[in-house]
Amino acid sequence: MSKSAKAIAFLALAVACTGGAFAGERAGLGRPALPEELKAWDIDVRPDGQGLPDGKGSVSDGEALFQTKCSSCHGEFGEGAGRWPVLAGGKDSLTSDRPEKTIGSFWPYTSTVYDYIHRAMPFGDAQSLKPDEVYALTAYLMNLNDLVPGDFVLSRGNFPKDLPNEKNFYDDDRETTEKTFWNNDPCMSNCKDKVEVTGHAAILDVTPDDQKDNKDEKPAGAVE
Amino acid sequence: MAPTLASAQTPDPLIVERQEWTQYLGDGVNAKPYGVPSKFEKDVVRREVEWLTASRQSSVSFTPLHALDGVITPNGLCFVRHHGGEAEIDPDKHRFMINGMVDKPLVFTMEDIRRMPGRVNRVYFLECAANSGMEWRGSQLNGCQFTHGMIHNVVYTGVPLKAFLNEAGVSAKGKWVLAEGADASAMTRSIPLEKAMDDCLVAWAMNGEALRPEQGYPLRLVVPGWEGNMWIKWLRRVEVGDQPWAQREETSKYTDLLADGRSRQHTFLMDAKSVVTNPSPQSPLKSKGPNVLSGVAWSGRGAIKRVDVSLDGGKNWRTARIEGPTFPRAMARFYVDFDWNGQELMLQSRAMDDSGYVQPTKNELRKFRGTNSIYHNNGIQTWLVRPDGSAENVEVS
Ligand code: HEC
Repeated sequence: MSKSAKAIAFLALAVACTGGAFAGERAGLGRPALPEELKAWDIDVRPDGQGLPDGKGSVSDGEALFQTKCSSCHGEFGEGAGRWPVLAGGKDSLTSDRPEKTIGSFWPYTSTVYDYIHRAMPFGDAQSLKPDEVYALTAYLMNLNDLVPGDFVLSRGNFPKDLPNEKNFYDDDRETTEKTFWNNDPCMSNCKDKVEVTGHAAILDVTPDDQKDNKDEKPAGAVE
Repeated sequence: MAPTLASAQTPDPLIVERQEWTQYLGDGVNAKPYGVPSKFEKDVVRREVEWLTASRQSSVSFTPLHALDGVITPNGLCFVRHHGGEAEIDPDKHRFMINGMVDKPLVFTMEDIRRMPGRVNRVYFLECAANSGMEWRGSQLNGCQFTHGMIHNVVYTGVPLKAFLNEAGVSAKGKWVLAEGADASAMTRSIPLEKAMDDCLVAWAMNGEALRPEQGYPLRLVVPGWEGNMWIKWLRRVEVGDQPWAQREETSKYTDLLADGRSRQHTFLMDAKSVVTNPSPQSPLKSKGPNVLSGVAWSGRGAIKRVDVSLDGGKNWRTARIEGPTFPRAMARFYVDFDWNGQELMLQSRAMDDSGYVQPTKNELRKFRGTNSIYHNNGIQTWLVRPDGSAENVEVS
């Protein structure tokens, strides 16, 4: 729309709505964000590398940093201490009964590693790492997952986009693949011949009980 | 035949003897400037399952669904899930930024936000996508608080996110937004711009009062019908972009691993689901004769249209009575008045929404999803009620 056409449309609307603000009109609240403010908060990194800062880091620097800042929770080799998250391994486990979803086995993009470490780690001291440190830690985690050699130095220039499992992600298709769940006339009587109990929660007995301390029991699937 | 009434042999002392609360004066007004529930309700609390997570700063507590009625969840009982602890933010120090592909990036204070035109009140459920996630491989947790308690339903007060985006002027190339929190996890999620411009709200109040700190005080995003993780708490920034950001919570987490090893991503919408809250393992049947079965149902696709209940494990169904408001993307309450003669029951409920979606059985879901997907388990729940009235989480054929 040309400027004058816009002005006419605007006028027409303004005439249509008597008094006060109306939908589509700007309230004029807020103030312009300053470049320093955008730089401080706009820290997200996208798969195509948008948002990556200047800097670089080697696998070996990353290893040293990881042992001081990360291994107490994630284990020396990213294997996870206790119940803390596992960051490496799990290759070929995704179709097993106990899939281990790690950067190497599951994550689709390298950018997420950089973005997340910078954003949220180390747990309890978030956004404390410098770009060189985040590059180095990302490089080390890639090395732990057999994605880059031990002498690798990561920077924006050689930042890989896809991780091995990227090709196995696809967009929500429930409305087509699970179409049978739409049914205006679900069965109301004699819907099956017999009903048998096939599993009991009480046998597992992992439900918290106010009288009982069972925090060390960890059964099958857990929340993520 | 008219039902026979219970009879008493001796007079009830609670009636014939004067009780202390009748004799003596109670507390004066404002003994508790902020009211709290009766001391006899002290069991009605959020609970956690400690083995689920490594740290309480990245953990979850569950809504006591079995102890609630109606459709609105009280603020102090709304389940909590956070990833970096509960941020405590002075509203005077909170800032909200719109940036990215906009004409003019803007910063708002809470005062600016409350002055925005177009304020609305909307009731919505918020369900964590991992609700019932522990049940994919079979019944595990014994109580609807634990199997279904990552949900709450409150009325939000806020302004459509669209108003803020319009204020900044979204570029014609914009397709997605990234919402970010101010907490120690700096939680982020990518949301299609279409949804952001449709019904998302920037909210500062729930059930008529300021958001609770654990729900994102002073500001949270409301993303009706979509997975709870997207409802960014302590909302500090919304960025407009032309593609999704593939953040940790939409790649490593909140993607659905299927049996063939492939994963669905961007499964934002929460499908229709329901659960019988009473009787249930934490709320056994105590008396024979007339009883009220009660439960809740919800759908991210729209309003709940119908709920059917089975007492025999899904062989035969009867349509429950939906009572109270049934707003789109909000929780509905249903009841079945029934007589219990002490027989074993296998209770199930099946929700239908106004898109025609029917809540599937767990086995039907597993046919499509396998058992590794953690998220989006909206399968039909079964409670086995025994002759002594106790109830257990079971799976049936
Ligand atoms: C005090 C324990 C602790 C320390 C130290 C720590 N982390 Fe973490 N890390 C966690 C927790 C807890 C999570 C999961 C947080 C959540 O639930 O959102 C996590 C998650 C991660 C993840 C994502 C895992 C996944 O599969 O999604 C990565 C990557 C990670 N941490 C890297 C690091 C790095 C690199 C460091 C060192 C700079 C570090 N962490 C230090 C506790 C820790």
